[in-house]
Amino acid sequence: MLTDFWTWIMDLGNSKTVALLIFFTTFVGIVIYVYSSRKRSERLESYRYMPLMDEDEADKRVKAAEAARAKGEK
Amino acid sequence: MAHSAALSSEQYNYDIVKKFAITSIFWGILGMIAGVYIASELAWPFLNFDVAQITFGRLRPLHTSGVIFGFGGNALFATSYYVVQRTCQTRLAGGTFWPNFTFWGWNLSVLIAGLLYLQGYTQGREYAEPVWFIDLSITVVWVVYFLIFTVTLIKRNQPHIYVANWFYMSFILATALLHIFNNLAVPVSLTSATSYSLFSGAQDAMTQWWYGHNAVGFFLTAAFLGMMYYFVPKQAGRPVYSYRLSIIHFWALSFMYMWVGTHHLHWTAIPDWTSTLAATFSILLLMPSWGGMINGIMTLSGAWDKLRTDPIMMFMITALSFYGMSTFEGPMMSLKSVNALSHYTDWTVGHVHSGALGWVAMISIASFYHMIPRLWNTTLYSLQLVYTHFFLATIGTILYITALWVSGIGQGLMLRAFDEYGNLAYTFVETVAFMHGPLVARAVGGLFFLSGMLIMAYNIYMTITRAKQEENVSATAAAQA
Repeated sequence: MLTDFWTWIMDLGNSKTVALLIFFTTFVGIVIYVYSSRKRSERLESYRYMPLMDEDEADKRVKAAEAARAKGEK
Repeated sequence: MAHSAALSSEQYNYDIVKKFAITSIFWGILGMIAGVYIASELAWPFLNFDVAQITFGRLRPLHTSGVIFGFGGNALFATSYYVVQRTCQTRLAGGTFWPNFTFWGWNLSVLIAGLLYLQGYTQGREYAEPVWFIDLSITVVWVVYFLIFTVTLIKRNQPHIYVANWFYMSFILATALLHIFNNLAVPVSLTSATSYSLFSGAQDAMTQWWYGHNAVGFFLTAAFLGMMYYFVPKQAGRPVYSYRLSIIHFWALSFMYMWVGTHHLHWTAIPDWTSTLAATFSILLLMPSWGGMINGIMTLSGAWDKLRTDPIMMFMITALSFYGMSTFEGPMMSLKSVNALSHYTDWTVGHVHSGALGWVAMISIASFYHMIPRLWNTTLYSLQLVYTHFFLATIGTILYITALWVSGIGQGLMLRAFDEYGNLAYTFVETVAFMHGPLVARAVGGLFFLSGMLIMAYNIYMTITRAKQEENVSATAAAQA
């Protein structure tokens, strides 16, 4: 039984079906992982703020100047 | 949970980011000049001037390599080095030598490849034209790039790797895979630029278009999505709409893109099932593509007023709109029945440019307008010039793609028209005569876009000059104090 299964998987003619099964189940697993737990969802959504956590002096200076100039130039 | 302590600018390696950013703008202008010239050659063939080096066949790969690998490649190096440092809150790995090695290695490879095209040396594989020894040098540069990026991720000061870096990493890995396998070839001799591909016939064509479409998928899409996931939230001052959606976007795109290349070979000698498979996955790709587009656009939710006051944001949202439009058009064109009309016509060229100009170039331009003032710790020289650039780029792109819709769909319909006796209604040359008007409009559209790039170069030049003046003034003041 196991030998038959292994032979079927190793047959290049079945590669499309094997690849589809692997990718599809992995993708469904990822979707379930991402959306199934409220606690995990909250943790994942907390990473949204990462780009905004690297604000340095240059960021603040450019933002303030561009906002002021946008008002002035419009 | 992410940590929030940012490093000061001095602790990041910004020198390498500056070099790549400036060189990207240089290549963008050079590549687009070549593009406008060859577009003009198609409208006015006398522009060939019987000089072999400037004919369409030789200048076209110079244009594509210049804009894809010169402009796009340098933009990706610049932004990936910038984003990985800032989101990992650590300095770029490799000291100063290895990042500089990637800069010189990459740019010399693209430059030498371009000069060789003009002399007629090419592998004749679309977007993989560089000859075998350039392919080898690109491979070495790419391995170093991969190591720099990976080691930087490993020594990060943030517990989580931000999603933009996932997109950049998939771009680096997929490009390595594509580049190596599509360029497997045997040189005629060590002193010859000529080589023979390891593949032949239909297999060769399928390998080439597995490479060709995934170059679009991972080089021109995934990597620029990495750019989008960092710079859109930064410029909007708001977090990305949904982080979970960005995870699904990433994995769906990564799983699906590899299957679709064969849609470039519909109605040829390849097995029919490969065509059907490619078309099916192309249609499926619409979902992650639009999921990503919606995620980007909805980042502005609650702050739509920024579109009235911020031209950089206008560039970003327009880029995302073009991304949505071209990722709708692409799956539609991959359907066998639509492809029968569109293939071998200018519709394909127009579709590529709606992605290349509308999405890739616009998101890069917006990222540069955001990043460059911060790199030099100054403000943009003129926001008014950014507005002007935005309108020139948008009008240019729209003119370009609508002209090629007319040219491509028109030619496709003429080539399949029959008269009452069942004979072809038009000769090929009649379709060429019909295309003259749209081809003129296309060249004008390209000229609009190029003009915008020249304005950008001036604006950036003045921004940097002023930053240096400010630096000198503050250095003098500090010395006097």
